[in-house]
Amino acid sequence: MEDIKKLLAKVAPGKEVAEGTQYPTIELEPNEVRAVAKKLKEAGFDYLINLTGVDYTDALGTVYHISSSTNKTAVVVLKTKTADREEPVLYTVSDIWKSADLYEREVYDFFGIRFIDHPDMRRIFLRGDWKGFPFRKDYNEVNDTPTTNVNIDSLETLPSITLDKEGKIIEKSKQLFGNNEYVVNFGPQHPATHGVLHLRVSLDGEIVKKVDPNFGYIHRGIEKMCESLTYPQILPYTERLDYLSGSINRHAFCMCVEKAAGIEVPQRAQYIRCIFDELTRVASHLLGWGCMAMDMGAITAFIYGMRDREKIMDIFEENAGGRLMPAYSIIGGLTKDVVPNFQQTVSDFVAYMRESIKEYHTLFTGNPIATGRMHNVGWLTKETAVALGTTGPTGRASGWSNDVRKLAPYAAYDKVKFNEVLRNTDTCKGDSFDRYIIRLDEVLESLNIIEQLNDNLPTDGVNVKVPAIVKLPEGEYYQRAESARGDFGVYIKSDGNKNPYRVKFRSPCMTLISALDPLCKGEKIADLITIGASLDYVIPCADR
Amino acid sequence: MEVKNLRVKSMNHVTFNDNEYLEQYVEELKKGGVNVAIGCLDDCINWGRSHSVWPLTFATACCGIEFMCVGAARTDFARFGWEVTRNSPRQSDVVFVAGTIVNKMAPVLKRLYDQMAEPKYVIAMGGCAISGGPFKNSYNVVKGVNEIIPVDVYVPGCPPRPNAVLYGMLQMERKIKLEGFFKLPKKPAITPEEKVWAERLAKEEEARKAAKGIK
Repeated sequence: MEDIKKLLAKVAPGKEVAEGTQYPTIELEPNEVRAVAKKLKEAGFDYLINLTGVDYTDALGTVYHISSSTNKTAVVVLKTKTADREEPVLYTVSDIWKSADLYEREVYDFFGIRFIDHPDMRRIFLRGDWKGFPFRKDYNEVNDTPTTNVNIDSLETLPSITLDKEGKIIEKSKQLFGNNEYVVNFGPQHPATHGVLHLRVSLDGEIVKKVDPNFGYIHRGIEKMCESLTYPQILPYTERLDYLSGSINRHAFCMCVEKAAGIEVPQRAQYIRCIFDELTRVASHLLGWGCMAMDMGAITAFIYGMRDREKIMDIFEENAGGRLMPAYSIIGGLTKDVVPNFQQTVSDFVAYMRESIKEYHTLFTGNPIATGRMHNVGWLTKETAVALGTTGPTGRASGWSNDVRKLAPYAAYDKVKFNEVLRNTDTCKGDSFDRYIIRLDEVLESLNIIEQLNDNLPTDGVNVKVPAIVKLPEGEYYQRAESARGDFGVYIKSDGNKNPYRVKFRSPCMTLISALDPLCKGEKIADLITIGASLDYVIPCADR
Repeated sequence: MEVKNLRVKSMNHVTFNDNEYLEQYVEELKKGGVNVAIGCLDDCINWGRSHSVWPLTFATACCGIEFMCVGAARTDFARFGWEVTRNSPRQSDVVFVAGTIVNKMAPVLKRLYDQMAEPKYVIAMGGCAISGGPFKNSYNVVKGVNEIIPVDVYVPGCPPRPNAVLYGMLQMERKIKLEGFFKLPKKPAITPEEKVWAERLAKEEEARKAAKGIK
């Protein structure tokens, strides 16, 4: 903490580091952001975790959470705002941190803040003809549901703005694809896009030249809805973000609120939460494995994966009540205690799953047709992974150690011994096969964690008494958790009321999708499917 | 008027709850009387149709995972002849709207539905597809797919369990068996969408002519 404060004093001289915040925070004028960002990047802060837009009613602003791939525990927060609500402009950082590209488009879509020199200021989630910016506090436009099948979107022109020498804004626009380019549309209804993602792929024969992802076909506006709900009411929505790691998302949100409200959760609840998180991770990886195999034509693998996943669903259902969405964690603990034979069921499952993984390897991993499609396809270097912020198994397959369970242990993860599964730490680049095999390895590691937690389950209660109306003290809170797809984050800005002022979920999937373009460039179009499957993204998580 | 005692495999007639909508439907069908030969042909064809319904792989959100579970090992819907999920709407008979439909997706869903060949059916799966569900208050969510396309069966749940989906499928099967195949509703001559397109084309044609005239 002291080192970071010293560093901040060096990169932003004269700026005061705010006291009493979770991470070292500095507020900057819009025109200072780029200089500070560049210096931070040079000092090793190369991973932009999150970029949040905030409407302060009198001003519009952004919050940057920045971390480093070398000094992994360090997190720095930058803030900036502009008082102009009619024509708000800020400076882009998308050339400094590549992952800011999509985040800034999101901020433009939600708040109408345009970023100077950002190459692509299209709306990202909402339709091109959408009236108003929904996340502004004074938004009251009415947009009708289209009932015809006529397309309304124009995706061809990329508007952008730049400043001339006198500081006046100049509007520019550029065509996305050239006139002679051959463009193929994938989705939004396509079985291999794992949801409703629209990809526009420019081809040269069979070789992919450019991939342009088009989001928003499942943008449900969860974050905006959260602003009118109380904290316990938000919990069900967190599970529906990334439904395959639902209980992890819910756990993260609970932790964020508990930390802010100063609620101490009993050990037993924390252990059971972690067991559920790991079971969710296993279930998610099984589905990811099955779907990846199915995308390559192996239906049997999908059936096998789903068969074993049902066993986890049974455990969820028996203890929590829900199947896909267990709805188990609540603020202050768990809804109820586990059933008496829980430990036995879980240890039986762990033994069963270890055998199953061996079966999977004989069934699919050794298959020459499968490996032929995965080896040497879709190279992702560590630098690109860090720049794009592709965390989770995808980043770890390229040798980037980014497991939040290790670098910022939460709940009961500091009480168990486990290895962070990494591949290619020497070569620093991973292909589709690395991303495939790392998921099966992670399942085994998760089973180890489950076993340790299950054998040492404490016997204190599962929840503490929480006031009927949870109010968080004024301030900003951020909680990271390792979901099945990477670094999941919850940002809550509270103004002391029973509703949050602003909630933002850091989606690991959005950055995964942004990796499609660099990964697929130069590959065959058939490999686009394999690469997409190996990234294992969930679209509702990206769209929120 | 009672719904006739249909034989739906693995489900007793009494297990289906009262269904006013279906009873009205039967009444309507029986109004003009049915020719014996055509009636028998109907039954024959409907028996075949109801046991080979091909769903479209269409999933937007969480319900899609439960839909995959229905197709997987434990609750295998191949037992009912629904196994071939088709990726093209032109080859499928039923669309499971599994998940939330938002404003940007609505035209796409409408187009998928329009591309399906008659007779076609829609099953709204889960709260979001039925009424907007938990996202009803959102600015971007369609409050029920019946705003865009007609729905035959609603399967409630968030997300519905695979067993619930199976129940919905059997309801669908019963409905298909009740239909008069030769009395299926005719499509209107010009749908509103076609009208929009026709107007658009006419405008473009006019513009082209005008451009030529100037030259």
